[in-house]
Amino acid sequence: MTEENKEKDAPQKAAEQVRVEENKKAVQPETAQKKEAAEAKESAAKEPAVQTPDTQVEGKAIEKEAKQGEAKAAEAKKGAEKKDGDVKKAAAPKKAAASAQRRVAAKKKEEEKPREPSKNQPLLDRFVQVIKAHFEEEVIEEAFINWHAKEVPTLVIKAPHWFKVAQFLKHNEQLAFDYLSHLSASDHETHMEVYYQFYSYKEKHSLAVKVKIDRDEAQLASVTPIWPGADWPEREAYDLLGIRFTGHPNLTRILLTDDWVGHPLRKDYQPYDEGI
Amino acid sequence: MIRTEEMVLNVGPQHPSTHGVLRIVLTIDGEIIKEAKPVIGYLHRGTEKLAEDLNYTQIIPYTDRMDYLSAMTNNYVICHAVETLMGLEIPERAEYLRVITMELNRIASHLVWFGTFLLDLGAMSPFLFAFRDREMILNLLNEISGGRLTYNYMRIGGVKWDAPDGWIEKVKSFIPYMRNQLEDYHNLVSGNEIFLNRVKGVGRYDAQTAIAYSLSGANLRCTGVKWDLRKDEPYSIYDRFDFDVPVETDGDVYARYKVRFAEMEESLKILEQAVEQIPSEGPVMAKVPRIPRPPEGETYVRIESPRGEIGCHIISKGKPQPYRIKFRRPSFYNLQILPKLLEGENIANLIAILGGIDIVLGEVDG
Repeated sequence: MTEENKEKDAPQKAAEQVRVEENKKAVQPETAQKKEAAEAKESAAKEPAVQTPDTQVEGKAIEKEAKQGEAKAAEAKKGAEKKDGDVKKAAAPKKAAASAQRRVAAKKKEEEKPREPSKNQPLLDRFVQVIKAHFEEEVIEEAFINWHAKEVPTLVIKAPHWFKVAQFLKHNEQLAFDYLSHLSASDHETHMEVYYQFYSYKEKHSLAVKVKIDRDEAQLASVTPIWPGADWPEREAYDLLGIRFTGHPNLTRILLTDDWVGHPLRKDYQPYDEGI
Repeated sequence: MIRTEEMVLNVGPQHPSTHGVLRIVLTIDGEIIKEAKPVIGYLHRGTEKLAEDLNYTQIIPYTDRMDYLSAMTNNYVICHAVETLMGLEIPERAEYLRVITMELNRIASHLVWFGTFLLDLGAMSPFLFAFRDREMILNLLNEISGGRLTYNYMRIGGVKWDAPDGWIEKVKSFIPYMRNQLEDYHNLVSGNEIFLNRVKGVGRYDAQTAIAYSLSGANLRCTGVKWDLRKDEPYSIYDRFDFDVPVETDGDVYARYKVRFAEMEESLKILEQAVEQIPSEGPVMAKVPRIPRPPEGETYVRIESPRGEIGCHIISKGKPQPYRIKFRRPSFYNLQILPKLLEGENIANLIAILGGIDIVLGEVDG
């Protein structure tokens, strides 16, 4: 990100800077405004990662994403307003108004111009197609390109079908995901999420899979029978987040002591102290 | 018939050959291991939990303490993750300094492995040789970062300081010296018959097993899988350098030894090119806010550490602190195969097999 973002994070400092600049070389409103506009453009460009069109996925997902997008836009606007305030403090209100106008214009422009489809889009389409052809029921909740993670194709799989899909991912010849690169779980307060990153040494492609599960009844099929390398990471997820992986050969605590109370990475975790 | 009885033997957690605080509960019948249960977590500091209350720059020193033999690559992985999330461009000179420090660190890390591994097998002098040369690397890294082990040198957007005057020249003159030393090591160890008897054919597995167990780094490359993230998914500026990925096909401890040894030579090659190409001046830090605030989103990046694939998974909600940060720690994954390798092995081979995996307990326990 560019210099201007400093303003976002340290508004006072930015204000000071502007003041200093003004004193030094007389105001250069144009360049400042340009910067502002560029920034707005940039921040807008970074947001729509989730807005990538997923033609092959159900409308639901798209709707949901659209909503998220709106919410984000609103947030961004708020941020912009806040920034406006800071600029006003530092420079003439006229300048701020002009830059705000420019920013809005830049934003509009950005909305009109859709992001170029990812180089991995065909790959994602193929994965979805292969999986859909094999399963009668709807197993994919969502499919998108994760722009923030080096454009990795990402699937959200419905939890009850996860084990079957996992087996398919490994044994299907076109997919052939023989390597579990990473397994992690996270608590999203409304639900739990387990994230898998796969790689296929045979086909040389990557895939990320997310499975959303209920928070109170955190339970998911273990993939250790499919990828033995999932053994310890699953135990770690159980230990720190309390997700029970059914079918795991030895689901016990791994990093914490066996008599530990609670699961520390849950957002509502309270340390337990016998003395109190 | 002689009656045999199974016995439980506890190895560690304060056993010198476990290189830290690893405990293995062995069930043995005579000298043959029936079952091995690694017990880990003695060094668990809850890095991921602590990180949820820290901003990204504050997390960097915590990564130093995960794989403390290769803190530079750990520094890099979190910076790289945040930079990927923010879409930052890193200045040229900073990228080169990062690569040079990471490769120096890789050699230092492999030297520790080389020395301690042979010490475990009963050879004393290679340890002294290796640590003497490692000391030179630590001095170089100390000069640039101010730390010998926990560098905290990288920042989101670049590196903390530019190299001091004459530092690049020092690295330049270090390369031929180290190359010579490596040859000495070869002459000293690689053909030694006692050594060969201890490592050849020991702890063998094939490529399929290695992949299924999520092994990475030298533990994977010793089975014939030519896979190095620096080459196959180039990050930073690794695509600019000409180097090989050493591969062996035997899948035993000796193959792992040869792979790591050859890797040091390849690192020297990278260093040689990097010190030639590095721009003589320029910024070492991108223009980043003092407190980076990545946009909302999720990222996973992976890079090649001396021990294998190290990854960083961040879920950001647009705040200065991560909502959830998770490190994929290669030693944690690599150690999983230990019970399988030890089953039916002679107890004397335990040390060689464990040493061959090359774990760092700070990383296993997170």
